[in-house]
Order: sequence, then structure tokens, then C-alpha cells
Amino acid sequence: MAFDYDKYLRPGKLPHIWCPGCGHGIVMKGLIRAMDTLNLKKEETAVVSGIGCASRLPGYIDCCTLHTAHGRAAAFATGVKMAKPEMNVILVGGDGDGTAIGGNHFIHACRRNINMTYIIMNNYIYGMTGGQFSPCTPTGAKASTTPYGNPDPGFDIAKLAIGAGATFVARGTAFHANQIDKLIAEAIQHKGFSVVEILDDCPTTYGRRNKYKSVIEMMNRLKDVAVPVKAAEKMTAEQLQGKVLTGVLYKDETKPEYTAEYAKVIERATAAK
Amino acid sequence: MEKKLPKIEIIEKYCKGCHICVEFCPKDVLEMKGFYASVKNLEACIKCMQCELRCPDFAIKVITE
Repeated sequence: MAFDYDKYLRPGKLPHIWCPGCGHGIVMKGLIRAMDTLNLKKEETAVVSGIGCASRLPGYIDCCTLHTAHGRAAAFATGVKMAKPEMNVILVGGDGDGTAIGGNHFIHACRRNINMTYIIMNNYIYGMTGGQFSPCTPTGAKASTTPYGNPDPGFDIAKLAIGAGATFVARGTAFHANQIDKLIAEAIQHKGFSVVEILDDCPTTYGRRNKYKSVIEMMNRLKDVAVPVKAAEKMTAEQLQGKVLTGVLYKDETKPEYTAEYAKVIERATAAK
Repeated sequence: MEKKLPKIEIIEKYCKGCHICVEFCPKDVLEMKGFYASVKNLEACIKCMQCELRCPDFAIKVITE
């Protein structure tokens, strides 16, 4: 039976604003399927975003949603989680929003290990503002602000998150649509800060500047570069050149969670009075 | 036994004509008709749901029993 997405969508909001072939819609469907699998209650789920194409996502989902300042999704979401620790807090955003303008908030949310899930849709560019390069734009790629090729090396979001202290890090792609909901569901269930990076395509501002003839070519690229973690174990370093690992990359269940730790602080402070 | 065919519903109001469903259908069931995707060969459908999963615009529903 066809999956009923309407259950989690605000009525009358479709068609969404994303361009033809943009993978954000695929990720949104993945998130909705994950919410349905976990049976999340709308009034106990908050979807928080910053600014950008990907950050328009909460506008379509029917639950508690916050559309905040650019890059500040993690800061606002931390506030929501601290005030109501029983809520499921899901952050969504793009690579520019999450790792450049909100880079500081992102690494500190990772460091705190607060129980939230951050879904980063990495399309290698600032799409909404006109195709400026982001910290994830690969070296040599063209953007509106790097017409002769980007000299900077790009961030590896997953490694950044692991290094900063996130306790669950996974990566998927918009092409492997079937995997997205499973990764997101596992991330939501994890007690601690979880990051799910989804490699995405931006045919409008990235694709046409970087000689991708069509959406299909961009999707095929995602298909080619992705290597599941288990398959990668059997591959040599040479074979893995230029590939990107997908699946659950890191999981640590031993690190204390922030809201639980903060509750202890409140307890100590009240006892000291 | 007669094969039960699914019903593939394409919501043209939502379809943005990105070609994803047509290109990644393993059985070549769909085609582009003008701007929108449409069903070409329903008999070949194996109900793998790839088109429904990958449609970024919520425009395809594969209804099986």
C-alpha cells in the first residue's frame, strides 16, 4: 500500500518550493516515514530549522515547528530541549546553515551531547541565496562566488561531528531513499546528539555551474560515490579513493547526556539551599 | 494465477517534471508525457516502489492491495 504522507503534512502546503529534482523532498519523505515508524506524537515532536532551502522543511510538516535565525537552529533547539526534555527535537538544515553560519552552534551542540537529532542536507552550496560556495563545496568546484574554481578544501561533516563529540553519526544520500528513514529513525532513538548527513543534489545552483547535464547525472553521481560501511571494510584504500562512506559511521552510548546531567545540577543546587 | 496490477497515481498538480521516476524505474514503466510523468506500461510494474520513494514532490503513489 502506498505510504500515506498526508498524515504528517500540513494540508494545502504542497507543492513545495524546492526546484525540480532537488533531493530535499526525498529527505522530507524519509523524515516523515521515520516519524511514522517511531510513532512520534505531533505534540511531542519539535522540528527546528535555520534559514535556507533545506530549512523550509518545517513549514510542511505538521508538528511543533520552529523556523529560526540563520545558523541558529541548534541554539533554539537546545532551548526547546532544556525547557521540555521529554520532547523529541529534530533539527534540519543545509550545509551552509549548519557548518558555516551555524558552525559554532553545531560543534557545541555536538560537544554537549544533548539528546537531539540534526539532519544536515549537504548539497555543497548555498542554494537559496544564489549559489555562493559553502564550507562543503569540494575543491575546484564552481559557485557564483568562485567562478574560477573553489580553492578551499571542503568539510567532512561526519568527521567534524565525531571530532566535536556527537555520539551518533550517520550518512546517507538522496539517491538511496530507502535508507534515509532507517538512519533517521535510529538517530532519533539514540540518547545523545545524533547527526545524519544526507548527501543531496542542487541541480539549479550547483549542477548547472559544474557541468552536470541533468538531475539524473547528479543522482547517478550520488549512486557512484556512496559505499556502505560494511562493503568498505573489504575494499583497499585505492578503491576507496573519491568514495564516501554511508550508513552508521559512529555510535557511542557511554557518554552522559546533557539534559540528564543538567537535571543533576538542578538537584545539587536545590539541595544546597 | 493472474498478476494483480497496482494502480499508479500521478498527481500532476505536484509533479515538477524532474525525470527521476522515469530514469530510475527498473522496468521502464513510466515515461514523460509533455511536462509530467505518466504511466506507459503498467503490466511491467513489479511494485518495487522506487518511483514513489524517490519522487521529491510527493507526486507518485503506487497503490497495491
